[in-house]
Amino acid sequence: MTPIERDKIEAKDTVLYVDGVSVSFDGFKALNNLSLYVVAGELRAIIGPNGAGKTTMMDVVTGKTRPDEGLVFFQGDIDLTKLDEARIANLGIGRKFQKPTVFETQTVFENLELSLAGRRGVLESLFFKLSAEQGDRIDEMLDRIALAAQRDHLAGSLSHGQKQWLEIGMLLMQEPDVLLVDEPVAGMTDAETEQTAALLREIAGAHSVVVVEHDMEFVRALECRVTVLHEGSVLAEGSLEAVQNDQRVIEVYLGR
Amino acid sequence: MTHGKSHFLLGDRGGLVLLASLAVLAVGVPALNLGLGPESALHVPDYMVGLLGKYLCFALLALALDLVWGYAGILSLGHGAFFALGGYAMGMHLMREIGDRGVYGNPDLPDFMVFLNWQELPWYWHGFDNFGFAMLMVVLVPGVLAFVFGWFAFRSRVTGVYLSIITQAMTFALMLAFFRNDMGFGGNNGLTDFKDILGHDLQDPATRAVLFSLSAAAVGAAFVIGRFITASRLGRVLVAIRDAEGRARFLGYRVEYYKLFAWTVSAMMAGVAGALYVPQVGIINPGEFAPPGSIEIVIWVAVGGRGTLYGAVLGAVLVNYAKTYFTGALPELWLFMLGGLFIATTLFLPKGIVGALPMMTDPERGQWRKALAVFRNVGKRKAS
Ligand SMILES: Nc1ncnc2c1ncn2[C@@H]1O[C@H](COP(=O)(O)OP(=O)(O)OP(=O)(O)O)[C@@H](O)[C@H]1O
Ligand SMILES: [Mg+2]
Repeated sequence: MTPIERDKIEAKDTVLYVDGVSVSFDGFKALNNLSLYVVAGELRAIIGPNGAGKTTMMDVVTGKTRPDEGLVFFQGDIDLTKLDEARIANLGIGRKFQKPTVFETQTVFENLELSLAGRRGVLESLFFKLSAEQGDRIDEMLDRIALAAQRDHLAGSLSHGQKQWLEIGMLLMQEPDVLLVDEPVAGMTDAETEQTAALLREIAGAHSVVVVEHDMEFVRALECRVTVLHEGSVLAEGSLEAVQNDQRVIEVYLGR
Repeated sequence: MTHGKSHFLLGDRGGLVLLASLAVLAVGVPALNLGLGPESALHVPDYMVGLLGKYLCFALLALALDLVWGYAGILSLGHGAFFALGGYAMGMHLMREIGDRGVYGNPDLPDFMVFLNWQELPWYWHGFDNFGFAMLMVVLVPGVLAFVFGWFAFRSRVTGVYLSIITQAMTFALMLAFFRNDMGFGGNNGLTDFKDILGHDLQDPATRAVLFSLSAAAVGAAFVIGRFITASRLGRVLVAIRDAEGRARFLGYRVEYYKLFAWTVSAMMAGVAGALYVPQVGIINPGEFAPPGSIEIVIWVAVGGRGTLYGAVLGAVLVNYAKTYFTGALPELWLFMLGGLFIATTLFLPKGIVGALPMMTDPERGQWRKALAVFRNVGKRKAS
């Protein structure tokens, strides 16, 4: 047993285990020996300058991009590098895109309905009937993401911030163990940003949540451990206070 | 908008109008054709029955295309291939039914094979003397081709323009293959000189009236199936894939299987359309595989309106009616008109004709009402 494999098995409450991952695009290293460990129920913020590899890290975890090297394990022994996006999503990893992406020609309710946890087979979808209990769950979610009034509006008609919330609601309907949330407050007002931080704090605990964000006020409001990425690897990790006072972090942010 | 409570058929006004119209046609046209003498003003002449039957086959083909293009966002430029394959399967049966009544009087071989000096029937012609087998092939051959094609294309995640191009390449390759005499499908000339179907003379107005009614019934059935699919959660997943494929994938949907399902069902419907077309027009030849034909189908759907199914039917009938009229009146101009129609639709009616009909489009209904109200108020103010 290699030391890494031993770690992996011992760290039972590590839900997401990313170790020594490298990804290159045409010779350019987007991720360079990146390691990240997320434990159950944790809320984690990831910051870093543009191009640091934050989105690419999510691509690797969700099966969109295959790493050239490194290990990506979920719940101890599930090797995510061998699975495709749909399989990984069904195992319990939800993802919000950097650019909010909802099904614009369908209603808010339908967007949530499509995201309901459950079987995703073609024939199951053909004969699917929404149960009263499922309908109630959707309505609860509508309240939670403050879109009850927009229930039957087309998702395309929502404001940018509302789309972000809808997409977070869609993730939650999947009942994932891990939520990867890429830049959730882009385009939001200060009040909305605050509400989003509260929502994510509330979600954590029952789920592990990894949030990528540039907005430092928002990251502060998350009150959680922060990982700083730079040029594809972890530059620093710790409380926001600690990383903000880290000399290398200051250089990276000021030296740009 | 109520949710999930409206019936998949009864909740669709445009669809009900379509089904009612089809029922009226299916009964009315044969009755006015067979029941009234030519001297009556309401008499539907024989040629008109054939012409309308042809339109209905095109309508079915357009509906099939709308299922994949309008809902799943797969722009096929090769649906003519599935139509032609269904047509050939039917044509092969009709050839076998000629028996020894061909020019050469050969009871075992179709005329074109005798002409090519073939001694025996190729293996893939066996079974086609049986009507049931041939009907099975009408759906299976296009279905299997679509399944195999889609399996590779969708799993390799070929989308957009690239997918459209390979569908076009598919129909083009089939056209070249079917042009060859040694393929055993009659080459250039295709299959023709059919005599009867299930013992009924194909020239007999009664046979032709039945074929017409069957075509109307097939459009109706395909609509009900298509509507059942698109009104289900599966249909909403298709639309989700059309609008944001990545989002659907990361929600856990196996996008390729959903596309494959719609694609294969659509190809089978196109095959049925071809099979109904062939006995009514009396011939199937490789020209049906020609790429421009497949592009025309896209225009029918665009003109009628994507993503409603009945819009595709309306578009196919209207454009083909215009084609019949103008290829008679101004033959040189038709292609320009068709191109112009497509451009005009794209620019001014992105949702096609049905998208412009206020009572048809549900979500926009309010918008139209509002616009009309504003218009009326302006009028009133002017008047006062
Ligand atoms: N598919 C790809 N092909 C080529 N280069 C890519 C690809 N995906 C990402 N990159 C590059 O990898 C680097 C990391 O990109 P990534 O999107 O992960 O950064 P990020 O940290 O999310 O940045 P931002 O804050 O701007 O969202 C960038 O230089 C980007 O251009
Ligand atoms: Mg990014």
